[in-house]
Amino acid sequence: MTTMTYADAAKQALTEEMRRDPTIWALGEDLGRGGVFGQYQGMADEFGPERIVDTPISEAAILGSAVGAAMSGTRPVVEMRFADFALCAIDELVNQAAKARYMFGGQTKVPLVVREPMGMWRSSAAQHSQSLESWYTHIPGLVVVCPSTPHDNLGLLKSSIRCDDPVVYMEHKNLWALEGEVPDCDPIPLGVARIARTGQDLTIVSWSSTCHEAMLAAVTLEEEGLEAEVIDLRTLWPWDKSAVLDSVEKTGRLLVAHEAVQVGGFGAEVAATVADRAFSSLRAPIKRIGAPRVPIPYAPPLEDLLRVTPERIAAVARELMR
Amino acid sequence: MVSHKTANLDIDRLLKHYALMWRIRAFEEAALQAHTEKLVLGAIHPSIGQEAIAAGVCLNLRSDDLLTSTHRGHGHTLAKGADPNQMMRELLGREGGNSHGKGGSMHIADFSVGMLGANGVVGANIHITAGAAHAIKLLKSDKIVCSIFGDGAINRGPFLEGLNWAVVFNLPALFVCEDNGFASTTSTSSVTGGKGAAARAEALGIPSLTVDGNDLISIDEAVRSVISSIRAGNGPHLLVAKTYRLSGHTASDPDTYRLRSEVEKAWESDPIVNLGGVLRRAKVDAVILDNHESNARIEMAAVFSEAKAASWPPLSRAFEDVQDIGDPRQEAF
Repeated sequence: MTTMTYADAAKQALTEEMRRDPTIWALGEDLGRGGVFGQYQGMADEFGPERIVDTPISEAAILGSAVGAAMSGTRPVVEMRFADFALCAIDELVNQAAKARYMFGGQTKVPLVVREPMGMWRSSAAQHSQSLESWYTHIPGLVVVCPSTPHDNLGLLKSSIRCDDPVVYMEHKNLWALEGEVPDCDPIPLGVARIARTGQDLTIVSWSSTCHEAMLAAVTLEEEGLEAEVIDLRTLWPWDKSAVLDSVEKTGRLLVAHEAVQVGGFGAEVAATVADRAFSSLRAPIKRIGAPRVPIPYAPPLEDLLRVTPERIAAVARELMR
Repeated sequence: MVSHKTANLDIDRLLKHYALMWRIRAFEEAALQAHTEKLVLGAIHPSIGQEAIAAGVCLNLRSDDLLTSTHRGHGHTLAKGADPNQMMRELLGREGGNSHGKGGSMHIADFSVGMLGANGVVGANIHITAGAAHAIKLLKSDKIVCSIFGDGAINRGPFLEGLNWAVVFNLPALFVCEDNGFASTTSTSSVTGGKGAAARAEALGIPSLTVDGNDLISIDEAVRSVISSIRAGNGPHLLVAKTYRLSGHTASDPDTYRLRSEVEKAWESDPIVNLGGVLRRAKVDAVILDNHESNARIEMAAVFSEAKAASWPPLSRAFEDVQDIGDPRQEAF
C-alpha cells in the first residue's frame, strides 16, 4: 500500500490529470516555485510556465480570467493561496463562474477548480485562518469539496478537475503534512460521504480537518462504552443526505462538528434536514459544535479557545447520551 | 460634420456598416417600444448614438473571434452576427431566446457567433476577455478576443488587473473603451483622476489609440490596423472611442441630469447621420440610403411582432443548466 501526504496526494492528482489532458492548466501566485505550501513543487519542470502559470497578485484577475478560459476550451485549476484571499475574487466566482451557464441558457459551461486552502494553521490570525465553506453552499451553480485525507484529496481533486461545473475545492492547511494510505489513484465521486467509522450509539457528522478530531473523540467514547459512527461528508454541495439519514435512523442521535463559526455554518443545514426528515428517529436533540462567532485571534491560547477539539466533541456526545 | 476624402472611400464596405448601424438603431427603438408596452420588465440600456463603435469594431472581427460586452450590449451582439429574432425573444423573456429567456437584456449572449456574453457587472467582462485570450494562446489558435466596456469601467479593478494580465502574458486582446461620458447618471470626468483610459493603459505598456466614436470611418480604419497588430502577436491594444449616449442610462431613466440643449446638440453628431452625409457627398443615391433605414425598421418591427407572439419558456427551464453535480432537478434543497 502506498503512503503519501495530503499535499503530495493532490500534486499527484493534478499531475496525472495534466498528463492526461493538455487543456488542463494551473494558475496562481508563486506556482512556478511550488506554491506557498509546496503543493506544486516541481510541476513547472514537467509542464513548463505555460501550464503552471505564475500570476500577479491579482486574485480577481486570476479567477476572472479562469472563467473566460474555462468558457473557451480549457480547464483551469485556480490556486487562491488562502481561502481568505478568494474574497478578493467573489464577483468572479459568485456572479460570473457560478452564473454563466445558467444565465446564458446552457450555451456554455465553466469547468474550473478553485483551490482555497482553509482553516486554522500555525497562528495565522484573522485573515489567514477562516473556514468559509458554508458561504459557497449557498450559491447555486457551485460544487463545494472539503477533503480530509490524502486518499480523498487525490480522488476528489481528480473528480473535481473532470467536473464541468465550477468547484470550490477547500484543502485544510493543517493537513498538508498528514500522511495516509492511498490504496488507489482513482477518482472519488463527488457527493458521496465516507463512513470513517461505524457505530450504533450516535452519529457524528463532520468534514475536513475536524473529522480527525471526531475520530479521536470516538476512540475516547469507545473506551467509555459508546460506539460513535463518524461520517465524513467530503463534499458539502451536493451533500450525502442519505448517508446521514440512514445513520441517524440507526443511532437516533446526531452531532455535527465543524471548525467554521457555528452560526450559519453548514452544520445548521445538516441539523435542519435531519430534523425535517428523520424527526421520528431522534432520541435526543441535535447538537452542533463550531467556533464561537469571533474572528480568529493570533495568540495561541486564544486561538485554542476557538478550536473544536476531541474533548469538546466527546463532552457533547456524552450529553447526548444522557 | 465628419469629412473624409471621397476618392479613398470603399463605398460597398461603408454601406455594409451603414446598414448595420441602422439595424442596431431600429433594434434599440423596438426594444424601447417593448419597454413602453411593459413587455420588457427588467432594465434595458439602449446604445442609441453608439452604433458606429459596434459596427466599426465587430465588422472587423472574424466570425470565430470572440467578443465580450457590457450591460449596454445589444448593438455589439447584433453586430457580431447574432439573430435579432432570438435576441428580441430573450429581451422579452420568451422561449426561443438565445438563453431561453433566462438571461434577458443584461446577459445577452450568442456563443454560436463567438459572443461570450454581455455582463451585468461593470468591468467584469475585462477579466473574462483576458482569460479567453489566455485560452487562445494555450490552444495555439490565431483568434483574438475583443472586450467592449464603458468609461465607467475604467474606475473598477478589472481595468487594472485585466489589462495588466493581458500585457504580461502578451495576449491577443482588443480592449475598446466606449467613452460616452457617463457612468450611469454621473459625469465620468467628475469621478475620474488623471487623464483617463488611454493614459492608464499606456502606463501599463499597452498601446492606445483614441478616435472619434461617432465617425465610423475613423473607427473602421483604427480597428483594422489594431487588429492586424494583435494578430501579428504584438499583444493587447486599447482603443478609446469618444461618443455620446443619446438616450438615458436605462429605458426608464428620466435623464434630468443633462441639459436638453446638450443632448440636442449631440444629436447633430449622430453617427448614422454622419456616415449618411459622407455617403451622400460621395454621390451614393439617396434612395439607397433611405432604403437601408426603412429596411431596418421593417425588419425590426417584424422581429418585435414575432417575439411578442412567442410563448413563455416552459417552467422546467428554471431548473435547467444550473450544474451537473448537485443538479437541482435531483436536489434543489
